[in-house]
Amino acid sequence: MARITMREAISQALMEEMDRDPSVFIMGEEVGVWGGTYAVTKGFYDKYGPERVKDTPIAENAIVGGAIGAAMVGQRPIAELMTINFAFSAMDYIVNQAPKLHYMFGGQIKVPMVIRAVGGGGRQLGATHSQTPDVIFAHFPGLKVVSPGTPEDAKGLLKSAIRSDDPIFFIENATMYQVRGEVPEGEYTTPIGVSKVQRSGNDVTIVTYAKGLELSMKAADQLAKEGIQAEIVDLRTLRPLDMGPVLESFKKTNRAVIVEEGWKSYGVGAEITSRIYEEAFDYIDAPILRVAQKEVPLPYNRTLEQSALPQVPDIVAAVKEVMK
Amino acid sequence: MAEIINMPKLGFDMAEGVLIEWAKQEGETVEIGDVLADIETDKVTVEIESTVAGTILRLLVNQGDVVPVTAPIVIIGEPGEEVDLPVPDDSESSVEADVDTPIIESAPEPPRQTQDMPAPVISAGTSHQQEKVKASPLAKKVARDKNVDLREIVGTGPGGRIVRRDVEAAVASGQESASLSAPAFSAISREDKIVPLTKLRQAIARRLVEVNQEVPQFFVTHEYKMEAVMEMRAQINSILPEGEKLSVNDFIVKAVALALREFPNLNASLEGDKVIQHGTINVGNAVAVEGGLLTVVSKNADQKTLRQISMEVKNMATQVRAGKIKPEDIEGSTFSISNLGMFDVEHFIAIINPPEAAILAVGSALEVPVVEDGEIKVGWRMKATISVDHRISDGAEAAQFMQALARYLEKPLLLVV
Amino acid sequence: MNKEKQLQMYREMVLIRRLEKRGAELYQDGKIGGFMHLYIGQEAVSTGIIAARESRDRVITAYRDHGVALNCGISANEVMAELLGKATGMSKGKGGSMHMADPDKNMWGGHAIVGGHLPIASGMALGDQYAGNDNVTICMFGEGATNIGYFHEALNLAKIWGLRVLWVCENNEYGMGTAVERASAVSEIRQKAEGYGMKNSSVNGRDVLKVHNAAKEALDYVRSNSQPYLLEVETYRLRGHSMGDPERYRTQDEVLKRKENEPIRTFRKQLLSKKTATAKKLDAIDAEVDVEVQKSVEFAESSPEPAPEALWENVYVEQGEI
Repeated sequence: MARITMREAISQALMEEMDRDPSVFIMGEEVGVWGGTYAVTKGFYDKYGPERVKDTPIAENAIVGGAIGAAMVGQRPIAELMTINFAFSAMDYIVNQAPKLHYMFGGQIKVPMVIRAVGGGGRQLGATHSQTPDVIFAHFPGLKVVSPGTPEDAKGLLKSAIRSDDPIFFIENATMYQVRGEVPEGEYTTPIGVSKVQRSGNDVTIVTYAKGLELSMKAADQLAKEGIQAEIVDLRTLRPLDMGPVLESFKKTNRAVIVEEGWKSYGVGAEITSRIYEEAFDYIDAPILRVAQKEVPLPYNRTLEQSALPQVPDIVAAVKEVMK
Repeated sequence: MAEIINMPKLGFDMAEGVLIEWAKQEGETVEIGDVLADIETDKVTVEIESTVAGTILRLLVNQGDVVPVTAPIVIIGEPGEEVDLPVPDDSESSVEADVDTPIIESAPEPPRQTQDMPAPVISAGTSHQQEKVKASPLAKKVARDKNVDLREIVGTGPGGRIVRRDVEAAVASGQESASLSAPAFSAISREDKIVPLTKLRQAIARRLVEVNQEVPQFFVTHEYKMEAVMEMRAQINSILPEGEKLSVNDFIVKAVALALREFPNLNASLEGDKVIQHGTINVGNAVAVEGGLLTVVSKNADQKTLRQISMEVKNMATQVRAGKIKPEDIEGSTFSISNLGMFDVEHFIAIINPPEAAILAVGSALEVPVVEDGEIKVGWRMKATISVDHRISDGAEAAQFMQALARYLEKPLLLVV
Repeated sequence: MNKEKQLQMYREMVLIRRLEKRGAELYQDGKIGGFMHLYIGQEAVSTGIIAARESRDRVITAYRDHGVALNCGISANEVMAELLGKATGMSKGKGGSMHMADPDKNMWGGHAIVGGHLPIASGMALGDQYAGNDNVTICMFGEGATNIGYFHEALNLAKIWGLRVLWVCENNEYGMGTAVERASAVSEIRQKAEGYGMKNSSVNGRDVLKVHNAAKEALDYVRSNSQPYLLEVETYRLRGHSMGDPERYRTQDEVLKRKENEPIRTFRKQLLSKKTATAKKLDAIDAEVDVEVQKSVEFAESSPEPAPEALWENVYVEQGEI
């Protein structure tokens, strides 16, 4: 096992897949000469050249639409959106074109592409550059939405996404790039659409993913000191959603808290809660609570911004509430 | 050949059109492309053109009529031709109905007056049924399963909600009306019934109290795969006459007896500081009789055939139930078996029959889902629990005995060779 | 161009015309639902363009796609069956009028978002460039699509990356009900290509031979220079934008006038005057086409509906839990 950062894990996944399959190429803003605005593709331009690491103009429709066209005729493009906030500029291609083409044409056309986008708040970038709109994309059948919380999962899931024949939206988090974690040596992939128990416990189930995982693990450490053992189920994929481990955990603990960085209304927590209610009604011993971003656009001021984002004490408080 | 022209669908969401004006009248000739009528949709008025040439034989709708899309509106053909109109799916009254005679619907009956009904009396005894008990879904389920009345439990969850731990606490302490807020409940009182202990019961009681006080018992449970026994039993019974068929217990008796050969320490009794490992294997079978329980003994069970054991136990049991007890039938057991399988008991623990070292409690053989080679299949499983005198034996030995028993039950041919 | 090819083009134009007319009747009978956009009056455009392509060249168009489908070699049976939503349609009844495609015939749809397929066309050419071949992607769209952002992003990318795209703008003068002068800063659409430094020209879309020649020239340019090209084709649709269009934005007189030099009438005159074919020969082709269209209706009407389970098919290539 090697201990590497999330950034290194994603970078390795990209390189390994580009080495393995010549039809894989990257296109996006500043991915080439600049080396990527989050340095994920640093060194790629020199190694693979401008044919395989393509700097595009600032034109998201051309980036995502172009990737769709290239995928349709047999290549495996990875389109990069500099931030997930710019996904809205290519909305039609992400949710109305890519997920529909295989279905509408009776299975005759495939779109084997990955869209990588970086999301999340907490860096004082202002309201339009700080969003976590993951659920919007998870709403559409035909698209797969993946968002890892550990370097091991990031590398394994990205490799699976690149090899998949379906269009996949791969969401990364800007404040997690330097998070370190153990990653297996050698070749491995992680299956898409499989949730994972990242920490075992008998008292309460915390369901989360991506940034929420980082926060929940810290909260669980604190709770353990107070004698509460939290079990953390990491979704890893938002669509298709794997409720198996979530329900198994809930049937054991009977209490749940859902942690997400996005806003609470109409969010991931709303979906999980609803499914627990439908499929494990008799196991509910307390209302299911959601820890999420406060319902405001994110402000610039550092303190205000942090007060709007979900934090470890919020998770600890929510767990204690459901334990009552 | 006459043609029927229908109201055309002029837009993707058009459901009906109004025939504003006929441009042609019955009897007039029409060429392809001639305007037939003005049609109004909710968006626009359009002229529709004829797609056939001929004479207007019949106008099927009137000016001002609202016509559903694809309904017939005009018949064009050669003069004198007759055309059968397709019968529409809904009622025939649409096209041919005479406008002057309205359809009278029978007026619905006026609702019954409620004045003569007496006002219901709400007694204190029934009011509590309308109170809403605040309990989590899990608490409700546990209460249902354990037959506990939620109304009699105090909730410790937020807002006084009853949660699972409250129900479990109530069950554990055998709580009934401990709740302060439990409303009054009027019951019918009945007299107590006094039943004196029979001599047999008194004897059993004395001995079992002794066992409980003096014998340190431990228990080992093993789940047995019973498919082979069930099959062999079915095969054997197909050739045996009625009244002489083997029971599952017969197999168990023989299997236990053979297994005891390998574990003499469990076919034993304690006297002072000495363990007497008995020379013969006499398996006692617990039989329920009026007022208590007796064990009928199958002596040298390890040397008898399944049939012999079966007939013997059957006969002795019949005798004993009829009150005809022969002392030698109920004495001398070195190891006992209690079988509650016929009562759908999954699992239970029996109390040792002193001075024996052990007793085996046998549950029902059930068809259950089992995992074999990573797949779920249907199998027969039976749980048995051995209660053992810890002064004579210990866990490992008991467990090994249970394993040995499994060998015999899972390969029942061993019982007949 | 040799006689066979010209007669083939004539046949294709008549097939489109008659299939579209029959489709309109079926629509009014309630047998075709949703939106349906007829190509009547524009047959020379798709016929001329696609006759000029190599079979390895890819065609992608918007929602007025029945003609394009037939020109690419998709059978009238499959087109009619798809219109009726049957399982035997080329899109298995799941696409409908606006989503016909057959990648094996290099026909890539059939797209309903105005201008949406243009960046995809650039992408297809990008894929071919990446693969190192000289396939050309022919992207057809109306003049109404040249005002939306997708048009600009797609053309810009094709120009800076030297992608082999032939942009074919079918200027039929009306974007739905809005005349081009009211919607577009310049009514001569090819001027927009000038703004991208892109080679361009325009051609009379009522003359199928002229369209064919212009397309051949443009394709050669794109292929040899690995540069995009915009070909504006002046055409006119004789029916409304789609079924149910009340056509308040133009007069009946205007439509009648345009019928006079409509493309099939024009081509027929040319073939007869140049003695490429006799009236009898052309009538025979017309009759053949009528039979083919009738057979396609019978085929479609007798074909089965998709099974209920078809609802769940092809959501993903790798299905599993949805």
